Amino acid sequence: MVPVATFRHITIGQYIPGESLLHRLDPRTKILVTLLLVVGLFFIDTYLGYGLAALYIALAIFRSGIPPRFLFRGLRPVIIIILLTFMLNSFMTEGEILWQWGFLTLTKEGLSKGGMLAIRLILLIVGTSILTLTTSPLALTDGLESLLRPGKRIGIPAHELAMMMTIALRFIPTLLEETEKIMKAQMARGADFESGNLLQRARSLLPLLVPLFVSAFRRADELAVAMEARCYRGGEGRTKLKQLAFHTADFLVLAGSGCFVLWLALTM
Amino acid sequence: MMGNKESFIVVDKVSFSYTGEPGAKEETALDQVSLTIEAGEFVAIVGHNGSGKSTLAKHLNGLLLPTGGDVWVAGMNTKDEHHRWDIRQIVGMVFQNPDNQIVAATVEEDVAFGPENLGLPTELIRSRVDEALAVVGMSEYAEAPPHSLSGGQKQRVAIAGVIAMRPRCLVLDEPTAMLDPVGRREVMETISRLNEEEGITVVLITHFMDEAVKAHRVLVMDEGRIVREGQPAAVFQEIDLLRELRLDVPPVIELASRLRAKSLALPEAILTVDEMVTALCQLRSGV
Repeated sequence: MVPVATFRHITIGQYIPGESLLHRLDPRTKILVTLLLVVGLFFIDTYLGYGLAALYIALAIFRSGIPPRFLFRGLRPVIIIILLTFMLNSFMTEGEILWQWGFLTLTKEGLSKGGMLAIRLILLIVGTSILTLTTSPLALTDGLESLLRPGKRIGIPAHELAMMMTIALRFIPTLLEETEKIMKAQMARGADFESGNLLQRARSLLPLLVPLFVSAFRRADELAVAMEARCYRGGEGRTKLKQLAFHTADFLVLAGSGCFVLWLALTM
Repeated sequence: MMGNKESFIVVDKVSFSYTGEPGAKEETALDQVSLTIEAGEFVAIVGHNGSGKSTLAKHLNGLLLPTGGDVWVAGMNTKDEHHRWDIRQIVGMVFQNPDNQIVAATVEEDVAFGPENLGLPTELIRSRVDEALAVVGMSEYAEAPPHSLSGGQKQRVAIAGVIAMRPRCLVLDEPTAMLDPVGRREVMETISRLNEEEGITVVLITHFMDEAVKAHRVLVMDEGRIVREGQPAAVFQEIDLLRELRLDVPPVIELASRLRAKSLALPEAILTVDEMVTALCQLRSGV
């Protein structure tokens, strides 16, 4: 049997609620620092630099109070990519030969370059995970909207993007519940969602997808009418219940992290 | 007809037809409907599916514009684009499916959606949200995600979302049709309280006759027309008409009519079980 009941326990994003300094920071601060870190990591090319960056990230993890295993969970799906990057660089770079077997040549320069790229990837993933682990999807949406707002003049639809994210967050659980209901209804009438080859299984999804899409379009229609009835007319002139506000801690973190990452990127 | 514009809502000879696919036959949903609603009233509109009651409801805040005739809300014509948003703020609307009218991912953010659209300052939005949630008794769920609530609770959140805009009138389009009995009771109690305590005008579209009984005035619709209009006690005496229009007759009223046929001297105005009990007891002590 398909474990249909598991649908309900799907969580969106990977947010872990908490009261740490990192949780309380303005989402914009966290987004900006993460962005800076991501860009900065590409400019570092010494092991000392990566060591310092790793130390900085470790400090952030420690202050966030998030168990490190959650951060390493994010690495699992990309471990192959990291290994592949490491191997390719180690064997494909020309330089002082350390070991040779057939057409495979391991060079000193390759080993150093591969190791650095692998560390860069790991730090990138762990660093961005801290953002999504300490910021709720709602706060993330608010932060992105606020940061993108100045881009409106060059045609970035900040409000519309944020509204789409909000509605998606609101409706994903509803649609999952509905998927479960339709699946049970079809199974009760003998539908089989799991045997057969890939093609047969894909085809068996059709009786699930068609009603789901029809209902999603009907929901969209009704939601649009309900939004209009509540005076929704786009982002123009709209205010917010929760106004984002920078506090002293935000300025300190922004200035401190900014200077540190900039220094790392430029000198290391 | 500008004469009685001083009534709160005036629907003046309104006709409306849905134009479907090109070449398809036009479907007349409303046919020369006229009615007035006074401030503070509780009006129920009943009718069979496709009688035009939902179409009429959508005319009251300009979601649909009449193809013939006019709708006036507080002296403003719904066809006048300058007043569209004023009218939608004055006349709030609650729909049948609670899932499809909640926009935001938490209860309080959803209730704030309307006031945010009106561009109110943050502190005012906060106080309106808290107030609206208290009125519908959902304060303790302020931060809950909507999908974790029951149907009745979701519908109360939807009502709070409209109340937070401080409307003078609430139009509810079959708000209890998708709810279980507990949810229905919660929502009906909320609606009655808003009408009695907050003085909000209520227009309730329903196909549950026992809900319509609670209104001051009942309109019966059929094929795009209003076929009966009056106090519930009077309208619900016409059992044959209701049956002909495929409407359910409330069991208490049916029972009263059968007892009267057996020549029991029951008064005309029996609409609820309590009234029936009182009447029967009086009859017994009288004998």
